[in-house]
Amino acid sequence: MTQILQFLMLPLVHLIVALIAILTFIALNGLILVYVERKVAGFIQRRPGPFEVGPHGLLQPLADALKLVGKQLVMPRGADRILFWVAPLLSFAPVAICLLPIPFGPYLLGLNVNLGLLLVLAFSGLNVLALCLAGWGSNNKYALLGAARAVAQSVAYEIPLLLSVLCVAFTCGSLSFVDITASQTRGLLSWNVFSQPLAFLIFFVSALAETNRAPFDLPEAESELTAGFHTEYSGMGFGLFFLAEYSYMIVVSAVASVLFLGGWSGPFFSGHWWMLGKIYALILIMMWFRWTYPRVRFDQLLNICWKWLIPLSLINLLGTALIINLVR
Amino acid sequence: MTTTIQKTMKGLWSLIVGLKVTGKEFCRPWITVHYPRQEVTNLDTFRGHIDLVPVLDDPEKPLCIVCRRCEEVCPSGCIRIEGHVPGEEKEVPVRQLLLVSNISLPHSAAREPICATDKTLRVLDGFSLNYNLCSLCGLCVQSCPVSSLTFSSDVYLAGASRKDFEFDLLQRLIDRAGSTKLKKAA
Repeated sequence: MTQILQFLMLPLVHLIVALIAILTFIALNGLILVYVERKVAGFIQRRPGPFEVGPHGLLQPLADALKLVGKQLVMPRGADRILFWVAPLLSFAPVAICLLPIPFGPYLLGLNVNLGLLLVLAFSGLNVLALCLAGWGSNNKYALLGAARAVAQSVAYEIPLLLSVLCVAFTCGSLSFVDITASQTRGLLSWNVFSQPLAFLIFFVSALAETNRAPFDLPEAESELTAGFHTEYSGMGFGLFFLAEYSYMIVVSAVASVLFLGGWSGPFFSGHWWMLGKIYALILIMMWFRWTYPRVRFDQLLNICWKWLIPLSLINLLGTALIINLVR
Repeated sequence: MTTTIQKTMKGLWSLIVGLKVTGKEFCRPWITVHYPRQEVTNLDTFRGHIDLVPVLDDPEKPLCIVCRRCEEVCPSGCIRIEGHVPGEEKEVPVRQLLLVSNISLPHSAAREPICATDKTLRVLDGFSLNYNLCSLCGLCVQSCPVSSLTFSSDVYLAGASRKDFEFDLLQRLIDRAGSTKLKKAA
């Protein structure tokens, strides 16, 4: 027994187990979130949503997944063979690493690194590259337009995202998710959302844009660009992009709940249930946004970022730095 | 500067109002009809193909007085009526029933008037409808002086060939009368 425990405590084994657990979590989440999203869409539009496969349509995402897996992989003529197939993999692969340093509970943690925040930000940035490659490699004008939009949007929104994250890093004095969570365990009012409300709002808006969620879903804008960067993808190529989108929703919600909402700490019983509750609450709000707001125009999108979010987050950051210096 | 901030605040408030609207709708019950489990009950305004209306005391006898207004007014030319004056011999139908083999194009405005202008009593021998051509404009129902035509309410009408949509309305009336009689007898 002790030998087994010792074996499990080996860093490499721990890492592999964590990665497998995270991948399982992501796959299950993909199924659940597809169902939830369609149900939310249905209820907001006052219709039942998926209903026919299984009780209350519960097996619908499974049927969708089977259909996607069973489809032939098609590549358009003139497309770049390598880039075209690398793109969906590149979009999905970093997700597992992004979830690795996030503490889901006091002990439920894949990898305790003191630069966890930096790790997540660096690897989530890879998604832009994937969208860019998908658009370029598809040899399709809509895909290329979608990729151009994705790059402009992601580059713009990365700045306020980083600046608002920096505010939290300043107040907590650490880039490690574990330390940031630990600094918020002294009750509800110690959550960073109360000391940094503006940073939270900016982070959430930028996160919506970074994950290409409505109302910032311009890279795939189905009414203008058919499907944007994934126009030419079918079957599992499309499936991977889809899964990646939902996984990034999990990642940004998890990061938001750790940075601003106290992570796994909460009143009455601290632990992973609080963390999951916060993640899904944020995701539900994202879905609520999607079925409420119309898509913004591209110039509006960049105006919001450059004229409002970046100056506001800069002011917020300077103010935070000033207060921290005064207090010390 | 202040106006910009005011505008922005107004815009942000409108975002919250939007969320309130969709949030409310989210909590309210469905308004769509969940088809295989529920069906629409109010079909009064549904326009199916036309049907003959019977007289009050005899469900097999149509109200139709064979004035042929509907036949003349139909822009698609999908109605054919046969009738005779009682006492006289039945006319040998000059026109054939409209079948797939000889669909005539919609008549031009210059066609000869066919509707009866006299007040002679006539009896309906046949009322054929080619529903393939019908555009459901409802002019026949509007122009009928005795309200002998009505829209049927069969929402689930479907067929595999053109022949399925060529109806003998008189025969349909008689069949309907027969089925209601059977029901009453049962």
